[in-house]
Amino acid sequence: MAGTWENTKMKSMFYKAALAATALVATAVIAQAGNLKIESWRNDDADIWNSKIIPAFNKAHPDIKIEFAPTAPKEYNAALNARLAGGTAGDLITCRPFDASLELFNKGNLAGLNDLKGMANFSDVAKSAWTTDDGKTTFCLPMASVIHGFIYNKDALKKVGGTEPKTMEEFYTLLEKIKKDGTYVPLVLGTADQWESATMGFQNIGPNYWKGEEGRNALIKGTQKLTDAPYVATFKELAKWGPYLGTGYQAQTYPDSQNLFSLGKAAIYAAGSWDISTFRSQGSFEMGAFKAPPPAGQSDCYISDHTDIGIGLNAASKNAADARVFLDWMSTSEFAEIFANSLPGFFPLSNAKITVKDDVAATFLSWRGQCKSTIRNSYQILSRGTPNLENELWNVSAQVINGKMSPDDATKQLQAGLAKWYAPQK
Amino acid sequence: MTELTQYALSSKSGFGRLALLVFFLGPAVVIYAAFSVYPLIATMALASFTTDQAGAYHFAGIDNFILLLTDKDWRGPFWNALGNNALFFIIHMLVQNPIGIAIAGLLSLPALKFRATYRTLIFMPTMLSVVIIGFAWNLILSPLWGVSEGFLKFLGLGSLFKPWLGLEGSALITIGLISVWQFVGIPLMLIYAALLNIPEELVDAARIDGLSHFRIFFHVKLPLIMPTIGLVSILTFVGNFNAFDLVYAIKGALAGPNFSTDLLGTFFYRTFFGNQLQLGSPTMGATVATAMFLIILMGVCIYLFLIQRRLERHSF
Amino acid sequence: MTRRFGPFAVHTILIAYSMIAIMPILLVVMNSFKARKAIFGAPLAFPSSETFSLIGYSKVLGNSNVGMFFFNSVSVTLISMAAVLLFGAMAAWALAEYRFKGSTLLALFLSIGIMVPIRLGSISILHTMVSLDLINTRLALILVYTAQGLPMAIFILSEFISQIPKDLRDAARCDGVPEIAIFFQVIAPLLRPAIATVAVFTVVPIWNDLWFPLLLAPGKETQTITLGIQQFIGQYVTDWNSVLAALSVAILPVIAIYLVFSRQLIGGLTAGAVK
Repeated sequence: MAGTWENTKMKSMFYKAALAATALVATAVIAQAGNLKIESWRNDDADIWNSKIIPAFNKAHPDIKIEFAPTAPKEYNAALNARLAGGTAGDLITCRPFDASLELFNKGNLAGLNDLKGMANFSDVAKSAWTTDDGKTTFCLPMASVIHGFIYNKDALKKVGGTEPKTMEEFYTLLEKIKKDGTYVPLVLGTADQWESATMGFQNIGPNYWKGEEGRNALIKGTQKLTDAPYVATFKELAKWGPYLGTGYQAQTYPDSQNLFSLGKAAIYAAGSWDISTFRSQGSFEMGAFKAPPPAGQSDCYISDHTDIGIGLNAASKNAADARVFLDWMSTSEFAEIFANSLPGFFPLSNAKITVKDDVAATFLSWRGQCKSTIRNSYQILSRGTPNLENELWNVSAQVINGKMSPDDATKQLQAGLAKWYAPQK
Repeated sequence: MTELTQYALSSKSGFGRLALLVFFLGPAVVIYAAFSVYPLIATMALASFTTDQAGAYHFAGIDNFILLLTDKDWRGPFWNALGNNALFFIIHMLVQNPIGIAIAGLLSLPALKFRATYRTLIFMPTMLSVVIIGFAWNLILSPLWGVSEGFLKFLGLGSLFKPWLGLEGSALITIGLISVWQFVGIPLMLIYAALLNIPEELVDAARIDGLSHFRIFFHVKLPLIMPTIGLVSILTFVGNFNAFDLVYAIKGALAGPNFSTDLLGTFFYRTFFGNQLQLGSPTMGATVATAMFLIILMGVCIYLFLIQRRLERHSF
Repeated sequence: MTRRFGPFAVHTILIAYSMIAIMPILLVVMNSFKARKAIFGAPLAFPSSETFSLIGYSKVLGNSNVGMFFFNSVSVTLISMAAVLLFGAMAAWALAEYRFKGSTLLALFLSIGIMVPIRLGSISILHTMVSLDLINTRLALILVYTAQGLPMAIFILSEFISQIPKDLRDAARCDGVPEIAIFFQVIAPLLRPAIATVAVFTVVPIWNDLWFPLLLAPGKETQTITLGIQQFIGQYVTDWNSVLAALSVAILPVIAIYLVFSRQLIGGLTAGAVK
């Protein structure tokens, strides 16, 4: 009598555990035959992958099953690294640009893709975000880039009789007009999440000042410093934005910014092109877009056309052959066409000529022909040390816009941090 | 141990005794050791290694700790986070625990109607996930949607409104108060129970002597529940110095504005797992984790040896 | 003089604080029934006939996996709680009752878990689960959560057990009842009030945990409800209707468990769980 109660409980627990383990092993074995799993941080795209992209691929390759398994963006890097360390990561891995993926390749998590037929469809610039420093091995297939600019509410501009500004001076005149009118918040940018200040602020208008790739490569070579005039000038402009942002913008988060604009309460939105699809589905007004205006008197213009997403092959994948078939398909114009039109604002990096149907997205894309493209200058090589340049950039950009730090101090802090560990800048 | 217990144990053979102990302690110790202690030790052991480009580990002794404490770019964030944790802890000790004690005192008043309802409502925030808490308070405090600003205007205090979560001077305090809102239920619950344990006779005797409820609380009840208050304090300390979820949910891993909300927990997360372009460093992350553990251990020891001894335990 | 702190003042304070405690939750639930524009357009407004919308709920509840998410959350939470209670009580009993060499050291060893968050050992735990082939199983979560909950449970239960009168145990021993039976038949029933205390400290962190399901069991069949909600939160776009609806739905079971246990909870505490 004494031992029976707890004995049965322990026994049943043991059997349950054994059963569970067996079932798990069985399903694991079944699951692996011809199934590809894609790791991604793009929760937003799940619907599109399941309803458009995967079915299109399966028309030509019905025997390869694909599962798009995104992780919430905040946790993606941490969770992916943990899964790779534990051997449970998917076959295809969506690649962050530059060092995050380079590190995965160096650790042997990503396979080299030089031999992929489709790789020939991409330019060197497109591949630069996913190629080793010596330029010899590419380890992710470029997928899409995002372009920066300003999206505006056409009704708002009509109300104040404004037009798209062609210079920075015209930009401020327009903002003043909107502010005087009082109906709309002139410019939408919040500093609470910090990244917008760097990405839609500094990296948006900056290329016009540091002349795009010229400046970026000069920083890498060490022939320019972050305390040089172009960078101080960029921060000086950002420091002027405060009065035109919504009240309490210091506590305005990214979702707040999106809601503020899509609810029609604001005129101009400092944008990354990805937001086009957000506003299409949520807004109810006509939108236009203009590129970051250069300072008056400057004839050439530069846009931030940033290589943002790639896709790579897990070196430990058991379905590498099938995965390569899929990667090849992703380099075709068929994929580019579907992707560009399902996600207006993400621009495929392949050389394929495609038509983007969304007019605002088409506007963004047209800037490639008018201006010179560049990628964000903190992403290649320069964010490898401690202090981390990108984190620092977020921090000081937010402080400059908040009025808590002068442009000079901002650039001094950035340069000091970079020079501490980066030899060419010492 | 009573004589009978001693007898019960000693009457068994050595093996029988061992079997008994293994039976009772076995499952707990095995699961705990395998899935809690061993991983912790394995992780903290990383603190004495460094990695190279290809990911191989090299033994480095206490180099990482020296780096953490002396290098400008490591010690700055470390001491900043530690200072923020201390402030976070002080806010909880000054706001959360007194409120918990006060409300527990009110709830323990005799013949109080709706006691259970109040208890349930005030305890609810403790059960929520940080996603809800983050969303709700972001919405309430946001300068864009007018909730708290409208409320202050209603009270005629509209000019006091500021975007508190976005300003360096107030962000940490604001998050601290949100955390107080979330967790006040725990000290409330523990102290309420301790108050209920006080025998009726003591309270009645004091009433007969003519003391008001107020004075009874301060002069009779409070001294008797000191051990519980001590327990609550140490739990608050451990909880605060391990805090991470709320700041992460509201401010992200970079804990702005300008690291004013950075706690040791977020500093650890950034260091270990990386953030945006910053790559994770398991070795430095383990160093931070070990430092955190030592800090908490120190605090607990100080409490145990200096304070716990002086608290009298009253048994009834 | 005794009326200085009259019932009116007491209830005012209690009502005021209860409002502070409840308002944010009501805000979330109320807004989960509104169209997205109305949520941010007028957050405090009640859902009117124009703004009332069940779109969030239909997406969340219509998602065929929600039932499974709930099942996973409930089963993992309840089984972990049961394991924590059973093994914790057994261990607390042995520590409180049998003095043996190293029992104080063991007690200290077991309490380290209260001081250090288990998350620190994540990578190592993942490796262990991989080698045991337990990835994407609920068992992995149960093992981790049990390890996480044991220290606090043992701490609380030890205090509680030491309050049980010694006569009860001695009487049973006099009758010749074997030790194991003493635990299960004499002691265990008396621990019922303590269950609620331990449950509260154990259940809430497990139910709301995002991290370990993400790491150990992210597969479709094993996702918990907290993890499942994340699918509505994108990199740049958040499906607010669905998020709010999902959050509201996720609160319910926790509140239900609390209401069931809250009577026991206070009973357990007053019977001397923590002094």
